[in-house]
Amino acid sequence: MALIRTEKLTLSYENMTVIENLDFEVKSGDYLCIVGENGSGKSTLVKALLGLKKPVGGLIEFGDGLLQKEIGYLPQQTSAQRDFPASVSEVVISGCLNSRGIRPFYSAKERKKASENIKLLGLSDLKNRSYRELSGGQQQRVLLARALCATKKLLLLDEPVTGLDPMVTAEMYELISKINKSGVTVIMVTHDISAAIRYASHILCMREGAEEHFFGTTEEFLKSDMSNFLTGSKRERSAENGDT
Amino acid sequence: MEILKEMLSAPILVRALIVGILVSLCAALLGVSLVLKRYSMIGDGLSHVGFGALAIAAVMNLAPMAVAIPVVILAAFLLLRLSSNSKIKGDSAIALISTGALAIGVMAVSMSHGVNIDLNSYLFGSIVSVSGGDVVISVILACAVLLMFIFFYTKIFAITFDESFAKATGINVNLYNMLIALLTAVTIVIGMRLMGSMLISSLIIFPALSSMRVFKSFKSVTICSAVISVVTFVIGMIISYAADTPCGASIVCVNIAAFAGFFIAGALLSRSKKS
Repeated sequence: MALIRTEKLTLSYENMTVIENLDFEVKSGDYLCIVGENGSGKSTLVKALLGLKKPVGGLIEFGDGLLQKEIGYLPQQTSAQRDFPASVSEVVISGCLNSRGIRPFYSAKERKKASENIKLLGLSDLKNRSYRELSGGQQQRVLLARALCATKKLLLLDEPVTGLDPMVTAEMYELISKINKSGVTVIMVTHDISAAIRYASHILCMREGAEEHFFGTTEEFLKSDMSNFLTGSKRERSAENGDT
Repeated sequence: MEILKEMLSAPILVRALIVGILVSLCAALLGVSLVLKRYSMIGDGLSHVGFGALAIAAVMNLAPMAVAIPVVILAAFLLLRLSSNSKIKGDSAIALISTGALAIGVMAVSMSHGVNIDLNSYLFGSIVSVSGGDVVISVILACAVLLMFIFFYTKIFAITFDESFAKATGINVNLYNMLIALLTAVTIVIGMRLMGSMLISSLIIFPALSSMRVFKSFKSVTICSAVISVVTFVIGMIISYAADTPCGASIVCVNIAAFAGFFIAGALLSRSKKS
């Protein structure tokens, strides 16, 4: 049974169909990268997976006991967040909110979970620091710790390395890969094809207006026409051969 | 102390103090969330709408609160919707609505010959206009705001910090936003009597900004702005009484001083940390 499976999923954005008949599935332990150009519907798909957007057609199924609100989501940062006065522990523990009903305060168990995730992501020294004083990479790790508080099974990362420098980007990818190997399924939206090829087990490649999306393992992706188009290797090859 | 005792012996001043303290408290708590979500100008827009509504109510000889509260709540929902999804961007939508409402209010006042309306007290507030009914409403309002902050504190934090994440964890973000908008609208309408429609939004914005200079966690910022807001209000009222200055303007001036103080303190703190 897959964690998430879509069948003939059709989504629209402001009354325009951006995704049509999309089929893919994510199994427990997979690392799926969703790649594609701007406007290909990546963000709309993320919203649909989180249940913030209703599909126009088709369906999204959750399996293995995964509830929609148990997805650990790492959204793109907003400009208002960068100077937000909040301590690291306040931000991380807010990830535990989905497991709580109307209880107003956090339980000891939730506090423990938060401090475990703070430790896991190497944030222990920064625990009482203010979020706005951290570097971009540190902020992203805080949000990742928060996402881990919200889930045991599935992380959904929306362009987690935007605005980070190459060193920090590499560290972030290693960290995500480590979390994936520890048994958490990862879905990552990214522009970075080379990272997707390097780390992902599966790739979903979307193209604007195209009815055919690619979905398969990374090996299959590398053999397909889609990868040639995106990595530009075809163009390079044809340039070498002299035909334009 | 002498002055305070003297002030407390006048029923009008006692009413104004009760309403003012409660409204300052509510405005500061709601203000933290509004300022951090970049909604500060909504407060300003709503106060102008409140002015328009009060002016029309006065001209048509209707109960001012019964007209102003629903109208401003409606405007709050509208502004919230506009700033989240629309073709007119949030800031310009607020400017449109606030100047529009102000103009309608001024027109209404100017056309009402024979009705005695003190435009000055509408615009800049006066303690005389605070009624016994306002005391009741402000007590109810303060209870509602405090209960909301105690019971939904963690959710308010999540929504303020990151709306998309909060939505993903299954929090009904729209409901909380509407609740905050509703309480803000009532706070503004009641506070307007005292502070005037031109100055009421300062109660929402100043305390939050001042405490953000120094404090670094959401909890400390929230508590500190509530304290700043109440303290500056009381000091402003005393100055206003002692020096016979308009109370709204006096309170805002004290807030300016508090902001300057916190600004300097914040700068000194961050410098001493670096060295």
